[in-house]
Amino acid sequence: MMELSLTVNGRACTVHVDPAATLVEVLRDELGLTGTKIGCDRGACSACTVWLDGEVVASCMTFALDARGKQITTIEGLAKGEQLHPVQQAFVENDAMQCGFCTPGMVMSCAHLVERNPDCTLDDVRGAISGHLCRCGAYPNIFKATLAAAAAMRQRKNGGGA
Amino acid sequence: MSDRTVLTGIVGETFQPITRNVPAEEPPELPPNAELRVIGKPVNRVDAVPKVMGKARYTYDVQLPGMLYARIVSSTVPHARIKSIDTSAAEAYPGVKAVHILDRVLSIAQLRDPGAEANESYPLVRYNGQPIAAVAAVTARAAKAAAKLVRIEYERFPHVTGLEEAMRDDAPVVFSGPTEQAATAGGGGAPPGLPQKGNLRGPARGGLGGGGRGDVQQGFAQADHVLTREYRTQVQTHTPMETHGLVADWRDEELTLYASTQFTLSVRDEAAEVFKLPKEKIRVISEFTGGGFGAKFGIGNYGVLAIHLSRKARAPVRLVLDRREEHVSVGNRPSSLQRVKLGAKRDGTITALQVESFGTGGVAAGAGVGFAHTAMYPIPNLAVEHYDVFTDAGPCAAFRAPGQVQGIFALEQALDELAHELKMDPLALREKIDTNDTDDSRARKVERRVGAERAGWSKHRPPATDSGPIKRGMGVAQSQWAYVVHGTTTCEVRIRGDGSVIALNGAQDIGTGTRTVMAQTVAEELGLRVEDIDARIGDSRYPAGAASGGSRVTSSITPAARNAAYLAARDLAGRVAQSLGAKPDEIVFQDGRIFVRGRPERGMTFVEAVRKANFDEIVHRADRREDYDGYRIKLGDLHISRHGIGGVQFAEVAVDTETGVVKVERIVAVHDCGRPINPKLIESQIYGGVLQGVSFALYEERQLDPGTGVQLNANIDQYKIVGARETPAIEVHVIEQLGRQSSTDARGVAEPANVATAAAIANAFYNATGKRIRTLPMNPANVLAALRADEGQP
Repeated sequence: MMELSLTVNGRACTVHVDPAATLVEVLRDELGLTGTKIGCDRGACSACTVWLDGEVVASCMTFALDARGKQITTIEGLAKGEQLHPVQQAFVENDAMQCGFCTPGMVMSCAHLVERNPDCTLDDVRGAISGHLCRCGAYPNIFKATLAAAAAMRQRKNGGGA
Repeated sequence: MSDRTVLTGIVGETFQPITRNVPAEEPPELPPNAELRVIGKPVNRVDAVPKVMGKARYTYDVQLPGMLYARIVSSTVPHARIKSIDTSAAEAYPGVKAVHILDRVLSIAQLRDPGAEANESYPLVRYNGQPIAAVAAVTARAAKAAAKLVRIEYERFPHVTGLEEAMRDDAPVVFSGPTEQAATAGGGGAPPGLPQKGNLRGPARGGLGGGGRGDVQQGFAQADHVLTREYRTQVQTHTPMETHGLVADWRDEELTLYASTQFTLSVRDEAAEVFKLPKEKIRVISEFTGGGFGAKFGIGNYGVLAIHLSRKARAPVRLVLDRREEHVSVGNRPSSLQRVKLGAKRDGTITALQVESFGTGGVAAGAGVGFAHTAMYPIPNLAVEHYDVFTDAGPCAAFRAPGQVQGIFALEQALDELAHELKMDPLALREKIDTNDTDDSRARKVERRVGAERAGWSKHRPPATDSGPIKRGMGVAQSQWAYVVHGTTTCEVRIRGDGSVIALNGAQDIGTGTRTVMAQTVAEELGLRVEDIDARIGDSRYPAGAASGGSRVTSSITPAARNAAYLAARDLAGRVAQSLGAKPDEIVFQDGRIFVRGRPERGMTFVEAVRKANFDEIVHRADRREDYDGYRIKLGDLHISRHGIGGVQFAEVAVDTETGVVKVERIVAVHDCGRPINPKLIESQIYGGVLQGVSFALYEERQLDPGTGVQLNANIDQYKIVGARETPAIEVHVIEQLGRQSSTDARGVAEPANVATAAAIANAFYNATGKRIRTLPMNPANVLAALRADEGQP
């Protein structure tokens, strides 16, 4: 066991964990942040997607040790209080989920896409979530939602300048 | 009971008045959706916000003080007697609190003679990956490490994993004697008392799994054309994103089970039976379930282990399967080998249909091919015989339209083949033969027309028109599923003194939107908005709910919810009518207000009315009453109407004839589900059904190593499932059919949405290439073989 300091959703925290612990294990079992899911535990379904310094990673394939000194953002840290991220809002309005288990990972990847590229196309969305699995088959609505969120972000940007 | 004259039919089409004998307490008929405020509107899923915020708590997320983590020990051989199990090293491992060895295996076929294996110290191993024991420890890592220390000594027996190998006379026998397979609440199971020889159990002829009528030999003698074909479908695993799991908290006063389940009460009842507990001492909680698709009923072996471990360790125990265990041990859609013989007159009249099917659900029976042969078309001479073939492989379970997906893949492709032989348009053939006096047949007539328009059917080309290596085509297939109601369904509606409203039902939500449809129904009746209703589900202490299996939650819960809300509304109306100078039956609830009919100014807000009535709480419970016309079959709480539900799907595909890669480019799906309660959620369900159908048709296939019985692709990277890049354009159209059998007219949609897809794709493949593909999945190997085959040969 070792002591480990991490910054999660802007907050510093210290945990005592096995050096082999993955980031998702620490998030879920030590910090109680159960929004991040494990679907396969081998980097194949992306249900465990979080941001590390703003880039998407599979937290089941990342040692917690390797997240030291980096900003970790989980699904719990995406909304500002009760104010949903535009992608979260668009997922709600476009019913981009069914059972919802893959949803946190999907939202993290789609939010990453629209933040980086508000001009994204349908092909970009397909690419951004091509490593994710949704067994319920919400893909058509995930496409719609992400493109709607991108449009909302573009509008916000343009509106902000006007 | 009283006779009511009601209008029945499809909105926008013809309506006709009919007489229904309706219980006097039932609320008045609802008008078509266009005249309603909340029902029939695409409102947002009420629990979407917690889902997108990561706040929705699944069984997977349950963390209790002092909770232990459990890990299963599974067999590493496919067929054996266990000579000894040594758990001492596991028990001595640091952090281990309990070890338990299973003394019986659930979810598999059981020998009819209960004494046949009574001398065995442990249950026989019949597949590689069969659960044997489990270890509970303070961390997941400790449990995993300790589970590896359990030493099991086997006496190996010969095994068999392939369908056709298992059918041979000299094949190793999986079960030493005849077996029975209980049904689950979601379907599955097999008819009792059938003969069994070697690994072959059957034939099954009656019931939902098959059937017969007339004289097929005579029927074939009357035919101008007789077509004989063989179709094969593969084993598909459910692969819900949340694996099966249970958190068990055994206390002397009560056993609490947090379950990822499709039916809270099936968890309670099975736990009560296995642990000989009164049902009142068991509480089952299921706030959110991460998918199920048919496989999540009862407690399963993992649940039995979790409860034993919790009892032994005196602590809550979390046992959640890993992805390999999920693929291998908790269910799959069985394979099928179907021999279809179809006889018809030159004008398309079907004179006879004979189907002989074989399928393997591994160590479980229930591999039948559905009831479409019996129920979809009025075929005069019919014989369906099905055999279950046991193999040393994980047990099958109900899987989204169990049997029907396999059966319709063969039936709807055989009809397409017949149409081409008769030089008839495949839709015209359906038009001629789809003539049952049922709601689903009437709906499909409209769906064929609407779908043909939307898909551009009139422009579809003759087979194999494209000259290049990439060939495109269009195909169509019809869907049918049963209209099912859960017998015991009760909802409770509470109006609190502050004007808030709570609706309660014990059912769970596997992703279909249980809370949302319940809230919509109550909101409609009380003239409120969806967000005004606090819809609570997923607790066995709430009034009895419906199983999420057989597409029956909405058809069962919404009438009960409406009936309870109706009673609550009438109660409140009675308390405020006098102050409005009106009779209670003149009071209406609309747009958040309560007022005198026709006089909106004589009223007040809902909250004002509640305050004026001055009560602590009004509580009303009501049942889902039986369909006004009754049912065709009642199997416990599974009530099946003589009417069905269904749809028609059109597929467009592109086949690369050089590589054998098939792409589905577009699906048009036209469906009926009685009265659509929420078009947004229905569209989601249909997307899901279509995509699972695409995935079944093109990609999925469980691969077992014949030498060891090990599943080679028990993970998400090698078990290919349709993803974002392969998702075709899907266009959904839903018709509104008012069958007037319940107080909401709602019916299901989840299963029919996935029934027709594979057949529509196969028919499009033919239209593209001029060749038939009768073996699934349509992977490059099967596609290239089909393209090489001489037409007419299977």
